[in-house]
Amino acid sequence: MLVNVISIENLSKAYQLGVIGTGTFFGDLNRWWARKLGRPDPYAKIGVKDHGNRIGEMIQALDDVSFTVKKGEALGIIGRNGAGKSTLLKILSQVTAPTSGVVKVKGRIASLLEVGTGFHPELTGRENIYLNGAILGMNRLEVARKFDEIVDFSGVEKFIDTPVKRYSSGMYVRLAFAVAAHLEPDILVVDEVLAVGDAEFQKKCLGKMGSVADEGRTVLFVSHNMSAINRLCSRAILLDAGTLIKDGTANEVTAQYLQGADIEEGRRWALESAPGNEDLKLLSVKLTRMGENSAASVVEVKDDLILELEYFVKKANMRFRCNALFYSLGVCAFASIEPKETLHEKAGRYISKVHIPAHLLAETEYTVSISMFSSLGVKQHFVKVQNALNFQVFDSMTAPSARGDYAENLVSAVRPMLDWETSYTDSQPN
Amino acid sequence: MELKTTEQENWSLVIRPQRAWWDLHLGELWRYRDLVWLFVWRDFVAYYKQTILGPLWYLIQPILTTVVFTIIFGNLAELSTDGMPPFLFYLAGNTVWAYFAACLTNTSNTFTGNRSIFGKVYFPRLAIPLSVVISQIISFGIRMLVFVGFLIYFMLVNPAVSPNWWIFSLPLLLFIMAGTGLGLGIVISSLTTKYRDLQQLVTFGVQLLMYATPVIYPLSSIKGAWRWAILANPMTPVVEIFRYAFLGVSDISPIYLLYSVTFMFAVLLIGVLIFNRVENNFMDTV
Repeated sequence: MLVNVISIENLSKAYQLGVIGTGTFFGDLNRWWARKLGRPDPYAKIGVKDHGNRIGEMIQALDDVSFTVKKGEALGIIGRNGAGKSTLLKILSQVTAPTSGVVKVKGRIASLLEVGTGFHPELTGRENIYLNGAILGMNRLEVARKFDEIVDFSGVEKFIDTPVKRYSSGMYVRLAFAVAAHLEPDILVVDEVLAVGDAEFQKKCLGKMGSVADEGRTVLFVSHNMSAINRLCSRAILLDAGTLIKDGTANEVTAQYLQGADIEEGRRWALESAPGNEDLKLLSVKLTRMGENSAASVVEVKDDLILELEYFVKKANMRFRCNALFYSLGVCAFASIEPKETLHEKAGRYISKVHIPAHLLAETEYTVSISMFSSLGVKQHFVKVQNALNFQVFDSMTAPSARGDYAENLVSAVRPMLDWETSYTDSQPN
Repeated sequence: MELKTTEQENWSLVIRPQRAWWDLHLGELWRYRDLVWLFVWRDFVAYYKQTILGPLWYLIQPILTTVVFTIIFGNLAELSTDGMPPFLFYLAGNTVWAYFAACLTNTSNTFTGNRSIFGKVYFPRLAIPLSVVISQIISFGIRMLVFVGFLIYFMLVNPAVSPNWWIFSLPLLLFIMAGTGLGLGIVISSLTTKYRDLQQLVTFGVQLLMYATPVIYPLSSIKGAWRWAILANPMTPVVEIFRYAFLGVSDISPIYLLYSVTFMFAVLLIGVLIFNRVENNFMDTV
């Protein structure tokens, strides 16, 4: 029987909106005097953006959240920005105290809200490993014992005696993550620190996190990366406006989150500010699942997708073609160009669609750049928009996909479903 | 079922909205002692990396200040120095005062100066001010070497300069200054989470406090009602006893040190209590 290692009971956290006190003693005095005379608060903020969970001057960042985590469980915590994920992590990391409720923890807990906390730029890599290790709760002996492993993992051996201010940002992050990865807590709380470093290093980090969970330690993982949550976590919780709205298997919970995320409307420009020249304006770019009408920003590998471009042609008889470039992992994964230049006989609004078949995209984030041009006669670019659209692809592993039964991290820019065949020939080596 | 309940009761950490005021969790500070030492070492190393003169700064600063004091207070204002060579007299006062001033100033921005670390990771917050007080001992040591160097020179040329056995009270004097500086510093740092203007007051206040302490004048030159006020300053006995120990002149009974020690424990206790209250939630207001 597995025991609970974390028990969160009726946890709430309220923040006061605006400034608590005015920051100066004089200001507080001034406010107190204004209140006494019945005048409006001279320091009240006007036009503060309203949140759904706002009650008067207070904002309920967490509202009566209760759940338990069992030993060895990997729990994903997801939710939109402002849902209370970070507040929950801050309370678990003891950075701030809850307003009410209790958190009970069994075993040593370490949290990574950021990598490289307390790194000092003037100190060398070696010195920072010791310092950062101690800040994260290791003692000197523990760090000394793991020192070689940490350096090995970070891959910065050659620069270990160089001050970290001379490091590239990639090296800095790698070293910082390496220290954190070698903490050996019973419970590890991780914020989206994995969204750093190059693809190869991210893969290494995810692998390390997976192995932490396999070693019977408990992991709490906050991320916007649904595929990472699905891959690493057995269970997930979904927070929305400070309340826990779903607790279940990672697949169920991420699916619910993604449905909610679809509300987001592709990308649309007003005619005045639309990209393009005086003859042609790009009005909108959106990605939809085939057969659906609403734009999606998170899609699955198994979905058939439509990329839709809407544009306005001001001059009759324009001839041009559209080109969509899909970038992922820092490279152009593929481009899709309209096979011939279309003649747009009438001025007006047009829509061009391109079908992206299922099982072509990989589990990663894509950025789409759009260009519209003519190369017959004088080459002329009408529209050129970089980062026109962002979307994320994940694999819920609910239907067959190119990964087959392989459940670990797969990094590639595209991932077409190809056929493999293996057969026996004979017993000789050649 | 019975077994399960007892197992479940055995939590190693319970996070609640407010800790009891007497729960100072000082044991935890002990567990993090390695961190305190690393902070000490970091402060010291980082201080002079990429400076031309490196640790020499620890020597230049007190000597220059002393030269200025000698010219202004000794030569121009002609304040009494109890018959001691003015340069040595001011150097003694400076050496001891600089430590207290550094402890107070550098611990008073604990929360505001470290909020980027405090906002990301938990460790006993007291580790930071504690490490400041310790790392300042290193700079005090260097200043002390300068002072002892000049002391030996003046002892050879001026027989009135006569150190005595009280020099062995130096650790006690340091302890009083560290404790008082730390106590006041963390009270101020706790209050600055709400009122930033207190920070301005510290630099200014430390300056004023120096004039209320017999640093540039001997206690013997203060007569009448003011003497009483100067004696109420807990740093007065420390500075006077320091000068008595190394130069051999003073106008104070060592019994006054008891007052300084009592004051130190009181302010330290109050400081730790307030600090403990504030550290729970200060991230929300800073």
